[in-house]
Amino acid sequence: MKPFELIKVTNTKTALSHKKEQVQYIAGGTNLVDLMKKNIHLPDTLLDINDALIRHIDKKDNRIFIGAMVRNTEIATDKTVLKELPLLSKAVLAGASPQIRNMASTGGNILQRTRCPYFYDITTSCNKRIPGSGCSAYEGENRMSAVIGYSKDCVAVHPSDLCVAFVALDAQVHVIDTDHKKSIIPFQDFHRLPGNDPHLDNNLPEHALISFIEIPENPFARNCAYIKIRDRASYAFALVSVAAALHMQGDRIIDARLASGGVAHKPWRWLEAEEFLRGKNVSDLVFSQAADIIVGDLHPLAHNGFKSNMLKGAVETALAQCLVV
Amino acid sequence: MKKNTNFSRRFFLKTTGAFTLLASIPAVLKATYIQVKEFIVPSKRIVPLTVSVNKKAYQLDSDTRTTLLDLLRENLDLTGTKKGCDHGQCGACTVHVDGERVLSCLTLSAMLVGKEVTTIEGIADGDHLHPMQEAFISCDGFQCGYCTPGQIMSAIACVKEGHTHSVEDIKEYMSGNLCRCGAYNGIVESIQKVAAS
Repeated sequence: MKPFELIKVTNTKTALSHKKEQVQYIAGGTNLVDLMKKNIHLPDTLLDINDALIRHIDKKDNRIFIGAMVRNTEIATDKTVLKELPLLSKAVLAGASPQIRNMASTGGNILQRTRCPYFYDITTSCNKRIPGSGCSAYEGENRMSAVIGYSKDCVAVHPSDLCVAFVALDAQVHVIDTDHKKSIIPFQDFHRLPGNDPHLDNNLPEHALISFIEIPENPFARNCAYIKIRDRASYAFALVSVAAALHMQGDRIIDARLASGGVAHKPWRWLEAEEFLRGKNVSDLVFSQAADIIVGDLHPLAHNGFKSNMLKGAVETALAQCLVV
Repeated sequence: MKKNTNFSRRFFLKTTGAFTLLASIPAVLKATYIQVKEFIVPSKRIVPLTVSVNKKAYQLDSDTRTTLLDLLRENLDLTGTKKGCDHGQCGACTVHVDGERVLSCLTLSAMLVGKEVTTIEGIADGDHLHPMQEAFISCDGFQCGYCTPGQIMSAIACVKEGHTHSVEDIKEYMSGNLCRCGAYNGIVESIQKVAAS
């Protein structure tokens, strides 16, 4: 690990005043410390922002605000979340281990880097690590890689489960930039597709801070499910995951939300399938047709063709589980 | 015969000048070497650190890069906490910070100011083992023992958090601790035993 200076900051103003090139913010450290040990991130200065940002969950005007420093475990066990946003709790509990969930912050979860093995192996080329060096996964071992929205320059996937639930529930990311200007980025536009510049994971302005996540009032608390399929039963990153949520009136679907992890460079919303489900009566056939619409959009790579069938099953299972109340 | 012991002023100045010059060369070389080294290899940042482990306060100077795991093992001689993968994938380094289980390999010591760390060395009451330690012995909750300190710290938290309703529940909430010997059945039994008591 490269030596670094560690500065504890207690407010956003001080945090944002360190605009130097090699400064990084640290909260839980579960991703960053590991990346520093592997010499992938080489900051000169770490700013400990744990005391500078909010660490509680608030409800105001039927909207729920989750502070950037709220730990994963705190989201999973919060009474308001369990009652009104159970999908968030389900997604959080599908990810990582209890120890990591105790440490990891909400802001850090959103900003965590991909777990593509080539990104982690500094002896190989990776456009995320060294822009322009080439993507080793595109024609290499790409079993875990993307099946949609990728480019020849990067086939990495975003590793978060929580973010899949955030995008499904139309969350918004509240941001403060280095000019102390506050802005809101819709979650769906927060993460980027790789395109020609995959070193950029998201649209957060440089050195800006995520202050909190806002989730609008929604009718999906009753019928929602999170299905995650991975190489072992627990504590592994998703091969595919599905967040599903239905707003039901009797047997009729008034509105639907479908999103996936493990399939793309960003948490992926299946808007076409959602549109298909609107107004339909629930049945295995309808769920299967929605899954077919999703699978029809996929372009698997050499080693991850299995993700198509897996995702079809995961979508059908997630939709069916929404109805198990 | 009388020896001529008189040194000329010129001789004196020449020799002392030469010696001064010679003496200064190593210092210049060393300074240059340090400058070059600092340019290539950034210097360590040593900070004073106060940390409380098992209710005992320690004060020492520590590199900012020191993880809690390395601090415990290398600086405080508390080697009960084990280094497995050192990358947050195995759980062998699990300790409690303010009563919550965390991974000490991904925790920077310098960020622990004002927090209370509990390690495997801190859970027994004198010569009386913690009930979880007793249970691991009576239920064969280990084989080689390397993952055991982490398993026990995680198991204590698992019971405290109340995730002991079923075998599946225990397995899910213990999934962050790997055991390559495969003592999982004994570990689950140990947790059930403590949860029932």
